Amino acid sequence: MWRNSRTGWGLISILFHWLSALAIIGLFVLGWWMTDLGYYNPWYNQGPWVHRSIGILLLLATFARLVWRFVQPTPFAEGSQLETIAAHLGHIALYVLLLVVMVSGYLISTADGSGISVFGWFEVPALLYGLPNQASQAGTVHWYSALALMILAAGHALAAFKHHWLGRHKTLVRMLNPAHSHAGSHDAPR
Amino acid sequence: MFKKTAFASAIAAVALVPLSQAQAADYQIDTEGQHAFVQFKISHLGFSYILGSFEEFEGQFAYDPEDLDASSAEIEVQVDSLTSNHAERDRHILSDDFLNASEFPTATFTSTGFESTGDDEGVLTGDLTLHGETQEIEMPVKLMGEGDDPWGNYRAGFEGSTTLTLGDYGIDMSDFPESMHELELYVTFEGIRQ
Repeated sequence: MWRNSRTGWGLISILFHWLSALAIIGLFVLGWWMTDLGYYNPWYNQGPWVHRSIGILLLLATFARLVWRFVQPTPFAEGSQLETIAAHLGHIALYVLLLVVMVSGYLISTADGSGISVFGWFEVPALLYGLPNQASQAGTVHWYSALALMILAAGHALAAFKHHWLGRHKTLVRMLNPAHSHAGSHDAPR
Repeated sequence: MFKKTAFASAIAAVALVPLSQAQAADYQIDTEGQHAFVQFKISHLGFSYILGSFEEFEGQFAYDPEDLDASSAEIEVQVDSLTSNHAERDRHILSDDFLNASEFPTATFTSTGFESTGDDEGVLTGDLTLHGETQEIEMPVKLMGEGDDPWGNYRAGFEGSTTLTLGDYGIDMSDFPESMHELELYVTFEGIRQ
């Protein structure tokens, strides 16, 4: 139920996946919207505050998620050999881009050495600061990597639909229902 | 071979003598020892001021108390070295909303004239290029002091300030209150006589 098996994702992995998806899409929309706000908009300061806070929470959650991913079994991939290799590379790229987006965002806000407050609950200190023109450079990386992440995530979603509708695989259902991770399930690799 | 080199050195030495005499009153701004600052001060919505400075720049000036009319100064500032103690604000100021540092990476001032207005005071006129647009400005300057420093050089130090209207440089401040349409530019620097 909670843990992964070779036949499906456990509830913890499923929650990590969908809460991350929600946070990532939400952060992208919020980031896009807030950077165009006028100086007098009440959200001009509030928007980035929420964006930074959720971003740090997502970064911490992603570290935990990666640990969980490495200590837990990974369910077998469905589809042809080419598809499974492409899927594997695609998933690595999603994780790498996600980390690049979050780390670059962190480097914008901490560029002058000040930490990031997470909803006022606690503060994450600046670890790397004072690089030449750090905020602007990190900002450029943040924007383009976020854009690339959105495009790749759209491809990820399309691939899931393809598995579901065309391939008639359990790929998408497995990410929704932890029951497939139950021992004794007969979804053995083909 | 030796002869040729010696000959070239002699030519060079002869050529340098009049040049170094002409440059007797030339000073290099002491950015190495960081006895030089380029700062700005702009209203924040009329509540208080934002203070900031440019950390990277270099320049030189000519100053001869016997020949004040020949005074001149030039300085080049790396725009992206701006800091106002808040990385996200710095990034915003450097973005194309304001200074557009990626397209206009340097700001320069080249003097075109100097008029003495009293003891140790004068007005420097020159071309300021900022955000890719050049305007003639006048900057009142004051000699703070000159003399031998403790480390074997001769120094002269000045300060000056002027008010810039950002719209003159194509920086659109129309979204902001009137009080933010101008800023005060303040410079102070020591030069080491060359």
